[in-house]
Amino acid sequence: MTDSTREFEVYRFYLNLGPQHPSTHGVLRMVLGMYGEHVVDIDPVLGYGHRMHEKMAESRPWPMFLPNTARMDYACALPHNHCYVSLIERVNNIMVPDRAEYLRVITSELNRIASHLLWLGAFLLDLGAFTPILYAFDDREQVLDILEHVTGSRLTHCYFRVGGVSADIDEKSIDLINVFVRRMWQRFDIYDKLITKNIIFIRRTRKVGIILPEMARRYGATGPVLRASGVAHDIRKHEPYSVYPEFDFKIATAKKGDAFGRYLVRIEEMKQSLRIISQAVERLPAGPVRADVPKKIKLPSGGASFSVEGARGDVTYYLVGDGTEVPYRLKVRSPTLSNLSLIAELGKGILLADLIAVLGSLDLVIPEIDR
Amino acid sequence: MESDVFTNAETVRLVMALVLVFGFVFVNATVMTYLERKLAARFQGRLGPMEIGFQGILQVPVDGIKLLAKQLMVPSDASGFLFRLAPLIAFVPVSLPLLIIPFGPKLQVLDLDVGLLFILSMAAFNTVAVFVAGWSSNNKYAMFGALRSVAQNISYEIPILLSLLAVALIVNSFSMQQIVFAQQSCWFILVQPIAFLIYFISGLAETNRAPFDLPEAESELTAGYHTEYSGMGFSMFFIAEYTNMFIVCSIATVLFFGGWRGVPLPFGDYTHALWFLGKVYFLMFVMIWCRWTFPRVRFDQLMNLAWKYLIPFSLLNLLITAAVVSL
Repeated sequence: MTDSTREFEVYRFYLNLGPQHPSTHGVLRMVLGMYGEHVVDIDPVLGYGHRMHEKMAESRPWPMFLPNTARMDYACALPHNHCYVSLIERVNNIMVPDRAEYLRVITSELNRIASHLLWLGAFLLDLGAFTPILYAFDDREQVLDILEHVTGSRLTHCYFRVGGVSADIDEKSIDLINVFVRRMWQRFDIYDKLITKNIIFIRRTRKVGIILPEMARRYGATGPVLRASGVAHDIRKHEPYSVYPEFDFKIATAKKGDAFGRYLVRIEEMKQSLRIISQAVERLPAGPVRADVPKKIKLPSGGASFSVEGARGDVTYYLVGDGTEVPYRLKVRSPTLSNLSLIAELGKGILLADLIAVLGSLDLVIPEIDR
Repeated sequence: MESDVFTNAETVRLVMALVLVFGFVFVNATVMTYLERKLAARFQGRLGPMEIGFQGILQVPVDGIKLLAKQLMVPSDASGFLFRLAPLIAFVPVSLPLLIIPFGPKLQVLDLDVGLLFILSMAAFNTVAVFVAGWSSNNKYAMFGALRSVAQNISYEIPILLSLLAVALIVNSFSMQQIVFAQQSCWFILVQPIAFLIYFISGLAETNRAPFDLPEAESELTAGYHTEYSGMGFSMFFIAEYTNMFIVCSIATVLFFGGWRGVPLPFGDYTHALWFLGKVYFLMFVMIWCRWTFPRVRFDQLMNLAWKYLIPFSLLNLLITAAVVSL
């Protein structure tokens, strides 16, 4: 061995970003081949959080699976709820009353805001700023209080039912929502001054982890990850569901596809969600919150799918029924898995500190990957 | 008797001063820890320690007792002697500069002619301590973190030296007391604002405080250099860090903010000490403020900052100062 190869052998080592993480990503394990400060190859090891949700769907009547949907992506549970319930409704041609649809939209968008706030705090914590997470959680507490009033739970909501939602909203909740929306618009100023204009943050996230549109398409990345690369694709606009066509909102995009762009996209998405919520609360129609649905619904034979826009991307459920109440197969598409699969290619040659920034910017919820 | 051999009275005075110095170090660490936790809490919109004692004042002594009671663990493959030595290398040299810091016109233990150089050389021991700690832990990741810290410390020592030299040039002396005396007409912050800025930023990096705390927060990715330490060993590093912060802020106060100078207050002879401590603690408040506001600077950006910006600017500052002084 020559001297230089010996140096390479000593300088190169394997680092285990173990399943236990101080950064709040969940149980993600990545084996990194390092050359000094640079990551030479990344090998994600998944499955530490596998809870066999899809198997559970095959082993019980379809109504009993509803709580599972919330537990897959716990940070943004209502879109998963929405997807499953809408899938059953689509398969059985069940119409949902307008009031219920509006309530679904309001709660889903509130959930999206809560999820993005959680992401914001965790992302900045990864970068070393200890304060914004507490500001973000302050706002998030307000959202969770509202959701608790309306749905009954703070985190793993099980609010939607086939044919509508489980309970109506009351005046107090509507007041809380209005107060929250007013307050949240002003909070963006604080985040702007503290974070967006902070030069250290900009230096750590600009030009870091650039994802080009064709790369995002290749891996099937969706959600803010795709939109930050400049591709204006949003399920709410391109495969509209529920009453989203009735609302006026923009698709948030960024141009460069770096971590900073993904940050900007999520902030803008929060603002658009606030707009949707205001419009929905204003125009909330009267009426029942749940359609009359037969007690036992058997799933017809055949397959069907439904897609919604979750906080992390395109959540799609594919159901195969066989004439009984128990699904033959339920396939859950996890947007986080598609987003994460980029990292093997994206992370080659990246600096270790930048890898943490990129992982943070992808907004990973590992239980959703592992299901 | 030669003038540089201590008399008996001098020796006794020195020993008493050393005891007081180490006492002060512990008191300072206690106060600083409490301040840091309370201020961090307030910056983050929460309250901080409230349960133990009035407004949580007894929290830190209680934590100290807990740390004392912890089992001191030495990793089995570690070099035992070096492992136990490293906290001492961190702790003792960084406390000694307290001997020559002037708390008042007559409140100074020792007025060395080369006071400033003495302080800087004592501060350099911190680098050695970090390296010894990382090496003797026999932990790949601790070593990695220690290496980063050493690189950071070495790089930032140069801007510190250059910016302080500018002030020393103006005063024509390294003696701390002389520097305070020379600020009779105006504080040097007005004369050397750039030097202060460079010094303060480099001071943050020397003490491994955010936004330059990558070696410590290595615990995100790998282990920091003091991971294998438990109980009192860890708290030695901690106290050393706070003492280092105190020294850095004291130097800044003495050199840029007029030391113990201030408007006369009705506290008699202790006015000067109060002014001094007030200024030092204000600067430490700014350091705490910085920590809880900014994200971490990436390591290569950190090195870039030192070598490409701070050193050239402090050199330029020094040259201009030298030119002006020689006129």
